[in-house]
Amino acid sequence: MSANFAAFLYLVSGVLFILALRGLSHPTTSRRGNTIGMVGMAIAILTTLFLAVPSFGHFVLIVLGIAIGGGVGAYIARRIPMTAMPQLVAAFHSLVGLAAVLVAAAALYSPTSFGIGEVGAIDGQALVEMSIGVAIGAITFTGSIIAFLKLDGRMSGKPIMLPSRHAINAGLGVLLIVLIVALVSTASATLFWLIVLVALALGVLLIVPIGGADMPVVISMLNSYSGWAAAGIGFTLGNLALIITGALVGSSGAILSYIMCKGMNRSFISVILGGFGGDQAAAGTDDIDRTVKQGSADDAAFLMSNASRVIIVPGYGMAVAQAQHALREMADVLKEADVEVKYAIHPVAGRMPGHMNVLLAEANVPYDEVFELDDINSEFAQTDVVYVIGANDVTNPAARDDKSSPIYGMPILDVDKAKTCLFVKRSLGAGYAGIDNTLFYKDGTMMLLGDAKKMTEEIVKALDA
Amino acid sequence: MASEALDRALDRLDGAVQAVRDAAQSVANGAADHAQVTADAAGAAAHGVSGGAIDPFIFRFAIFVLAIFVGYYVVWSVTPALHTPLMAVTNAISSVIVVGALLAVGISSSGFASVLGFIALVLVSVNIVGGFMVTQRMLAMYKKKEK
Repeated sequence: MSANFAAFLYLVSGVLFILALRGLSHPTTSRRGNTIGMVGMAIAILTTLFLAVPSFGHFVLIVLGIAIGGGVGAYIARRIPMTAMPQLVAAFHSLVGLAAVLVAAAALYSPTSFGIGEVGAIDGQALVEMSIGVAIGAITFTGSIIAFLKLDGRMSGKPIMLPSRHAINAGLGVLLIVLIVALVSTASATLFWLIVLVALALGVLLIVPIGGADMPVVISMLNSYSGWAAAGIGFTLGNLALIITGALVGSSGAILSYIMCKGMNRSFISVILGGFGGDQAAAGTDDIDRTVKQGSADDAAFLMSNASRVIIVPGYGMAVAQAQHALREMADVLKEADVEVKYAIHPVAGRMPGHMNVLLAEANVPYDEVFELDDINSEFAQTDVVYVIGANDVTNPAARDDKSSPIYGMPILDVDKAKTCLFVKRSLGAGYAGIDNTLFYKDGTMMLLGDAKKMTEEIVKALDA
Repeated sequence: MASEALDRALDRLDGAVQAVRDAAQSVANGAADHAQVTADAAGAAAHGVSGGAIDPFIFRFAIFVLAIFVGYYVVWSVTPALHTPLMAVTNAISSVIVVGALLAVGISSSGFASVLGFIALVLVSVNIVGGFMVTQRMLAMYKKKEK
């Protein structure tokens, strides 16, 4: 196969990837989009094999590698619970990062097979591209591992604050640039591995101080990084499919980070600098009436069965309690009693963008009953009962009314405007951001203290009775 | 990177200027035939600057920049309900870095590079198959209301 024809096919596969993302604009076209993406990947792989035909032995090795990796991937994809999707995506990001590092290293040791010069005399431009790709790849690798450990609960979500960490990070960043410049002028393998080491350390240091509440931003940011790393390697290899894909993934992750930041009213910079989401409880303002009205499952069932409109507001707590199926059952019973049921989802509900939607879809909640914040927020005022399950900070009216609140300005679901707000919660503690929720003390709020799943199941029983 | 490409173009321009100067000097010296030859050289050098010889990097970079814009508009049109599948599928497609791993395993001249390539190949294969399959599994769950 000629190099020109191969370049054309790589372009085709890049275009197919664009179409794959385009398909995600609607659930009905999304499945076809995913298939188109697979075709694009198959074209890229086959083109490479025809362009640089390997010997039989090497071909066997390639098939073996794909079989091992593919087998593991298929096993994970089948088994992974939907609640663990954020961890899985973080782990997958780390693989892309590490692969970028390994491919760049292979190019350094065997530049002829990548068409970028001879050993010891690699094209300077290729070295610049390669070192940028490898640095971002290494940062993505360790950063994603830390994100994985935090999301998977193997590491505390509390921010770990090293003294003078900003100075350390800035120093490492400068060192990285110096090393890259040195690598370009010498093409030394030692310098290459030094760059890898520094970038690996930087990846850990960048993510460690970021608190659990900011994880949706982090995971989107690492998504973006993995794209830029791929693009860097794409320039080294002069591969169009890789350059286009890197740009797509890079901008996709950047947009998701932006959406998440906006959903929390945080600036991207303040997220990167870290330190938010520990247990710095906000000073309690004692000027409001702090009496809480508690209720039982029977009370909740009574209120909901007499309502004409109910909006359910799920949060990460629902996923932790695995209450989504019980929730769907509850909605089914209500719908049979001619109660209109809708779901309202805050942009940062869950641990990654769109996480709640997947969990509800898994529980067979139709996607046309699920609404985003902007589309449903005006409806709360005409709603009889709101059922808040596992969400907290995203419903806190202080974000709208109290200028001194640390979350002031964050867009919230206006659940306090509904006639009654049923709030399922384990205890009266503060939310993930460590802030007291003034919603608990409002007249229209009834607290349902208990496990989200058990409480919902009891309500279903009470409704059936 | 961009500056290097520009530098190279500038070098060529310098060459062209030098050739024109040489030509002028030759004319002054009255060596008309010699001047003809150098003028041709000047023409060739000038051609090198204007057409034919733009560094391929510039084209790649142009594609990269345009793809960022395409990505920007395409991703904004993705419905928020599908943001998790979006992340899973972008993850899968960024594994197209597999082409680098295939080159390293398939035709590399160094055993060490082959080993690195093989590890990379296994890792991205996890990602390709896992990423597309888990996306498919998620997307299959999104159903419309039964009426």
